[in-house]
Amino acid sequence: MSKNTVTRAQLSEAVYKEVGLSRNESTQLVETVLEEVASCLARGENVKLSSFGSFLVRQKGGRMGRNPKTGEAVPIKPRRVLVFRPSNVLKDMVNNKS
Amino acid sequence: MIKSELIAHIAQSNPHLYQRDVERIVNTIFDEISGALAQGNRVELRGFGAFSVKHRPARAGRNPRTGDAVSVESKSVPFFKAGKEMRERLNT
Repeated sequence: MSKNTVTRAQLSEAVYKEVGLSRNESTQLVETVLEEVASCLARGENVKLSSFGSFLVRQKGGRMGRNPKTGEAVPIKPRRVLVFRPSNVLKDMVNNKS
Repeated sequence: MIKSELIAHIAQSNPHLYQRDVERIVNTIFDEISGALAQGNRVELRGFGAFSVKHRPARAGRNPRTGDAVSVESKSVPFFKAGKEMRERLNT
């Protein structure tokens, strides 16, 4: 369905073209930005990026799960999960409404 | 943390860059991700996560207030799945 997969390489190329920095530094800055967002989330803090969306850290309680293959009951510990809520701008873009 | 705080924080730890350049860098990255999704492409950032577009078929919905049947058109929604490393970092 999707034709192309965008990776860090394309992001640094876009930064390289947009800002007058070297390719090396562009690559490094893409990493810096992602790491800044990731470390914020790892601390349990939400990250809201206007017109893009919000990354929210949700606390999930422990529960009894089941191994679907063997049917064995396995306890699932309380954990934190990351959810992304896209902004209305992004939702519209994906539906080609803007 | 909001976008302006993200920009200010990166600008602080990279004193050789102007804040407005950091702003352009941050905007470029997220605009590039949005643009890729708008074209139906996937964005895979190892260690962080992957963005993709999921298609929701048309369905018969209901107005929850009145109970009236309404048709809901098919649509696409942006989706994010946290990467393995990210999931582990959230739980250590």
